[in-house]
Amino acid sequence: MKRLLTAILLLGGTASAGETLINGAGATFPYPLYSKWFSEYHKAHPELQFNYQSIGSGGGIQQITKGTVDFGASDAPLSDEELSKIPDAVHIPTVLGAVVVTYNIPVEGLRLTPELLAGIYLGKITTWNDAAIAKANPEAKLPGDAIAVTHRSDGSGTTSIFTDYLAKVSPEWKEKVGAGKSVKWPTGLGGKGNEGVTGLVKQTPGAIGYVELAYATQNKLPMAALRNRDGNFVKPSTESTSEAAAGVEMPADFRVSITNAPGKNAYPIASFTYLLVHRDAKDAVKGPALVQFLWWAIHEAQALATPLDYAALPKPVVAKVEQTIKSLTVAGKSVTLAAAN
Amino acid sequence: MRQPTDIPAAGPLQAVEPSISGRSRNPGDRVWGGVLVALGGLVLVVAGAIVLVLGDAARPAYGQLGILKFLTSSDWDPVAGSFGALPFIYGTLVTSLVAIFFAVPISIGLALFLSEMGPARLRPVVSFAIETLAAIPSVVYGLWGLFVLVPLLRNPIEPMLGKALGFLPMFKGPPIGLGYLAAGLILAVMILPTIASVIIEVLKTVPPSLREGALALGATRWEAIRMAVLPYGRAGIIGATLLGLGRALGETMAVTMVIGNSPEVHASLFAPGYSLPAVIANEFAEATGDLHLAALAGLGLVLFGITIILNVCARLLVWKVARGPVGVRA
Repeated sequence: MKRLLTAILLLGGTASAGETLINGAGATFPYPLYSKWFSEYHKAHPELQFNYQSIGSGGGIQQITKGTVDFGASDAPLSDEELSKIPDAVHIPTVLGAVVVTYNIPVEGLRLTPELLAGIYLGKITTWNDAAIAKANPEAKLPGDAIAVTHRSDGSGTTSIFTDYLAKVSPEWKEKVGAGKSVKWPTGLGGKGNEGVTGLVKQTPGAIGYVELAYATQNKLPMAALRNRDGNFVKPSTESTSEAAAGVEMPADFRVSITNAPGKNAYPIASFTYLLVHRDAKDAVKGPALVQFLWWAIHEAQALATPLDYAALPKPVVAKVEQTIKSLTVAGKSVTLAAAN
Repeated sequence: MRQPTDIPAAGPLQAVEPSISGRSRNPGDRVWGGVLVALGGLVLVVAGAIVLVLGDAARPAYGQLGILKFLTSSDWDPVAGSFGALPFIYGTLVTSLVAIFFAVPISIGLALFLSEMGPARLRPVVSFAIETLAAIPSVVYGLWGLFVLVPLLRNPIEPMLGKALGFLPMFKGPPIGLGYLAAGLILAVMILPTIASVIIEVLKTVPPSLREGALALGATRWEAIRMAVLPYGRAGIIGATLLGLGRALGETMAVTMVIGNSPEVHASLFAPGYSLPAVIANEFAEATGDLHLAALAGLGLVLFGITIILNVCARLLVWKVARGPVGVRA
């Protein structure tokens, strides 16, 4: 029996003696944070090794559905169709991301309303000195440049969040374009990735585009303040992003869009990013280890998020995710969590 | 006189020839022949497998949308589940043609310069420069295009072209910079080394006697090139062009960075477009839904089909040209 076990371990070949390897795949957006988490967690638990492949949310969902990885990661919650293929999937929100609107005109602190943003992306507002933009920016000196609209050309969670927001605030957008990772843009140029969009915006006078908050902060891009549901102009930041999650009625499975969220200081284009795990893990070693890691991720690990420009989960959400993690089982039995917090 | 006359001079040739068809008595030859046949067959198997797998993956798209509608519709809307390949086919063909339009004459000129007129000391330098061009990764070309070529096109090249030739639909529209023209020019630079180095080799095979004969008959240098050298190398030049075209059709990274990635069909070269490989690379990783994936696989099959059709045309053209008379009739 012992020899058989050794043989299996050797055949697996994925972990050296006494080390457990947990495989995951999915979203690219939280990858910098996750790799930080995995390496910190490995330092504290040398017997655990994580292998995460940032192949995109779609790939992560596919791999966990096929059972080739222990956990998946996605920027958007599973659709009903996707969930029907993997009914025992559990969403664990880990951190929040936001999408910011960046621009290339010599105006500091541009302010945009939902109607303006939708109008620009629908191709209806075409110049920067349009009366409607001037009304929202009474103090700014707006140039007469044509607005060059840019967007992501690759399918991405960022586009999904951005179009989800536009579809919520503009009935016309909802009807004509809709929301998704790739959509049929009414106007504008496509750039590949955050860096592609940034490249287009930086070198096209009069351009407007959208990128992730973390990317925009690290590259010091100009960011527009958006008018939120409560009527306040809010600048994108990790705090205002966390705020967006605090005011939303949270369903038990966390499959919720938090764009255009209520809250005085809530930034309106925000979203959770999730880890996807099975409600009942089969592996007696990996299962409890993963559950323990998730517990760590929503508590101590949250402190690592803000320095990397991800927004931490607000307290009420953490309390709710705790319940979900406690409900996870391994081979039908609940996991005793080593007390932390 | 040691050899009897009944052994023909072609003896050694005969010993080699049957070994490939497996008739030789030497078992080593037979094994070797078998290996060669297997290797040759493998290429066909791989090509066939690609078609089968792509065809199978694309079946939902062709089935649900109809092949004809898939190929001729220009509506690409993943949210609504409507997929048409036309903008991508058009973009791929237009950018490749622009690339050929610029790259072929320059390559011929370059090759002629190196083989016919350039000082011998300069040749290795220029050859080295051409080979270096071929070794630059395509993402670097893309970045160069985005940060150097596109701003130049936006101002002053496209406005100037628009002013001078704006009566042609090709040169109408606002000068955005990103678009078919930018992608075509980047591709031209990328396929130039391929085409040029093949043509250089082709021109090396032109027998000196042809050139000397023409010169001896009183032809100028240009006439010797036009009447003796180029006609001799025709087939090779066409072959080189198609080799370059093949590379242009499949180029992904550099094109997606400068073409504008907008799935529309425009007559103007200034307008943004999209190409087959670019949309596959962009949307495949995060495709939503089975139909979207199937449509992308369908685009892959279309690209494969275009490549095959072009290859067949190339073969026919080279074959026809090679059989034609050498030399120009006065």
